[in-house]
Amino acid sequence: MGAAETSKPHASVQGRPESVASFSSVSKNYGKVRALADFSFEVRGGELVALLGPNGAGKTTAIRLLLGLAKPNSGKLSVFGGDPASVETHVRVGAMMQVGRVPETLKVREHVDLFSSYYPNPLPMSETLAIAGLQELKDRRFGALSDGQKQRVLFALSICGNPDLLFLDEPTVGLDVEARHLLWDEIRNLLRRGKTVVLTTHYLEEADALADRIAVINKGRIIAQGSPAEIKSRTAGKKIRCVTELPLDVIRQMKGVAEVAPDRGAVVIQTAKAEGVLRQLLQLDLEVSELEVSSAGLDEAFLALTREDGARA
Amino acid sequence: MATTATALERLPLRRPNLVTICLKETKYEFLKCLRFPMYSVSTLALPLMFYVLFGLVMGHQSIGNISTAVYLIPAYGTFAVMGASLFGTAAGLASERGLGWLQVKRASPMPLVAYFLAKVVMSLIFSTIDVGALMLLGITFGGVHLAPLTAAKLLGTLVAGSIPFCAMGLGIGYLATPNSAPAVINLFYLPMSFCAGLWMPYQFLPHFVQRIALVLPPYHLSQLAFNVVGAGQGGPMAIHWQTLGGFTLICLGVAWVGHQRDQKANG
Repeated sequence: MGAAETSKPHASVQGRPESVASFSSVSKNYGKVRALADFSFEVRGGELVALLGPNGAGKTTAIRLLLGLAKPNSGKLSVFGGDPASVETHVRVGAMMQVGRVPETLKVREHVDLFSSYYPNPLPMSETLAIAGLQELKDRRFGALSDGQKQRVLFALSICGNPDLLFLDEPTVGLDVEARHLLWDEIRNLLRRGKTVVLTTHYLEEADALADRIAVINKGRIIAQGSPAEIKSRTAGKKIRCVTELPLDVIRQMKGVAEVAPDRGAVVIQTAKAEGVLRQLLQLDLEVSELEVSSAGLDEAFLALTREDGARA
Repeated sequence: MATTATALERLPLRRPNLVTICLKETKYEFLKCLRFPMYSVSTLALPLMFYVLFGLVMGHQSIGNISTAVYLIPAYGTFAVMGASLFGTAAGLASERGLGWLQVKRASPMPLVAYFLAKVVMSLIFSTIDVGALMLLGITFGGVHLAPLTAAKLLGTLVAGSIPFCAMGLGIGYLATPNSAPAVINLFYLPMSFCAGLWMPYQFLPHFVQRIALVLPPYHLSQLAFNVVGAGQGGPMAIHWQTLGGFTLICLGVAWVGHQRDQKANG
């Protein structure tokens, strides 16, 4: 297992099911743009791994490499111990990818029928339609579906071949809350049936809701990985913004302050524990004004993780 | 979590049946295009409309010793076959390449040959329908008499003649973007049709256009078709087949280069 050294053993994968897909020091460039850099990662049987990161982080590139649609510039990749691009691999893999336009004049069941024919052991049509919640829509043309329904058809196409390994590239992008939760339930059902799922997302919430393991990716590198709880504990910071006379140095020395930065006449303080910092702040400066406390968003989380990553190196 | 012990076992590869896939792919390619009026109506309606107008309503004279109603079947037949093949291959390929659908298919175990074969066979089917409809109109309303063997030969020649234009369509489909493809196709389709003498008999074309016609594939296909009904320019037919064959190879070469370029850009 080439990628074993990069991941810590984790409670949820005790017994170490074998690797079904692995990256080992993979780098991928598109022209001068480095999409993945020295990327090592392993997906084990039966788990759901979320690749979490902002747009352009390299998530889709990772999926494309695992599907054999792109070749790495260096490093090694394997899926089911073989070449990701081979037919032997493709018959065991399903993929839901972001696509600009799907032929609109074919009906839902026709799309499913055609894709099912590509696989040696497809699910029965009725089962595929049921899993994706499309029974009522099977005679509708693709072009007549809502965005959420279209996503469900793409999901159906990814599972119709009864694959062991499923790649879902931003499966819930553009879906409303209800449709998103429906798809989450369907994904959980697949895991219960022993499937392995690799999902990309830029919603921390989505990774948290589904994943056994999260890998946070930024600029083509994995900057953190672990269980959702571990990732959240490292990103669940608060942001305090206020106008104060206190010098930045004084604030920086307060207990619990991670980072201080001036911001348009105010200061922004990053901290893991807002209450303690606020107590100190209010004691030292009675004139504090325009006080705001907010949860650090995913952006801040990424920043925090990137900094942490840089500091460790 | 321990339910996936089979994950790494190399199961014996059971390939799905290639013939079944090709048949399904073709069936759905046909349905897809049939339900898309921009394709199905315009590739069928335009040649038929021309034929009704110039062959039936106004076609009381003759060209040489052949009635206009007969003469225009090979002429508009070539025109129809060209349209059905160019639009049937290029438009879909450019859009599916450019907007990600081909990627989705390539991530599946679909054999790539099924994808291309479906587009070509679909175009051949539409070509057959187009030429058949022209002949039917001529026989029913234009007083055209075609011996069964002649009719079969004419249909066979024109449908076989759609292959070079399918190849050309694949070439265009690989070089054009989803938005530019229809415009690029028309840029070739309409001027070539005129210069090859499909709209106006070859002998009535201006001299310099006649010279251009000699290098145009539709001219060579139309000569083969005219020859079946005894309206050709005469001379050996082999040169026309050879020209079309060479043209097909060149177009497939262009498509191959486009394919390689895509592979490089994507992967």
